[in-house]
Amino acid sequence: MHIMEGFLPVQHAIGWGVASAPFVAYGIFAIKKRIAANPEQRMLLGVAAAFSFVLSALKLPSVTGSCSHATGTGLGALLFGPVAMAPIGLVVLLFQALLLAHGGLTTLGANIFSMAIVGPFAAAAIYRLARGAGASFAVGVFLAASLADLLTYVTTSVQLAMAFPDPVGGFMASFLKFAGIFAITQIPLAISEGLLTVLIFNALRRFNAEDLQKMKLINQAEALEATA
Amino acid sequence: MKRSHNILLIVAVIVLAVCPLFLVQKPAPDANGERAEIFAGADDKARHMVSEIDPNYKPWFEPLIEPASAEIASLLFALQAAIGAGVIGYYLGSAVTRDKMQRAQNAGKNSGKA
Repeated sequence: MHIMEGFLPVQHAIGWGVASAPFVAYGIFAIKKRIAANPEQRMLLGVAAAFSFVLSALKLPSVTGSCSHATGTGLGALLFGPVAMAPIGLVVLLFQALLLAHGGLTTLGANIFSMAIVGPFAAAAIYRLARGAGASFAVGVFLAASLADLLTYVTTSVQLAMAFPDPVGGFMASFLKFAGIFAITQIPLAISEGLLTVLIFNALRRFNAEDLQKMKLINQAEALEATA
Repeated sequence: MKRSHNILLIVAVIVLAVCPLFLVQKPAPDANGERAEIFAGADDKARHMVSEIDPNYKPWFEPLIEPASAEIASLLFALQAAIGAGVIGYYLGSAVTRDKMQRAQNAGKNSGKA
């Protein structure tokens, strides 16, 4: 999902930067407030950031014959709310843009928007919907994390199609081309991300059941069952 | 039950990552006997697609620092993953220990009462 350095026209680069900035700013405020109220959750914040660090570093092969990586943003979005992932995504993407020439400074805003804003908000919404529809904790987490991953890559395709509409078919034709590269490749990786997020949540549920209950991710019965 | 559940999750992820290596066929060699690269990055493919859609587009900004070679790039990616894995490992280690100590303490209390 990394749009390469210089590969968005100036207006688009600025536009996405302006769109992402308030989320990052509010995210920093939200994290500070949460940690001030619950200092014991600092460790979980570290885990959420670390999870995104690991998953976005590992490029996995996919059935389309190209490699891509997961985003790891679903975990933090469920634990700390979607807006908290914007500054965490900024750190991950800045590391890659500055040291790895992966992504870039001019495309930072667009990449934050897809990975650290659309993905996390999708994760939070999907988790709520799934739980509301009676899904178990694990199924809810799986759906939230995997669909958030996939939607991140759909967003990247939209961003590129908006910047580079097909001369004949326009936005739609261009979107299908980019989605063919990103979204199809991402399907098995999104499933992997969903499974890995369930795995880490199994650990959190066992060791931090009280915190998860406080975050309203599980109810009391589930918390008791997990620690029993 | 819970442990087998977690092992199944890990196995599924490994299968998902390994299967493509066998499913994707190497393309036939071209006239020069060279094969097109497979398992290149999707980001790179998107860059080629941009040049295909708009051949006149020139990137207007260059990365400030590029890793000196593919080896250095993989070093930095490994470093990124290692930092993340280290933090998660620290959490799991301290959580398991805390859990054990709490259980031992509770067991001690209960036996004291009896």
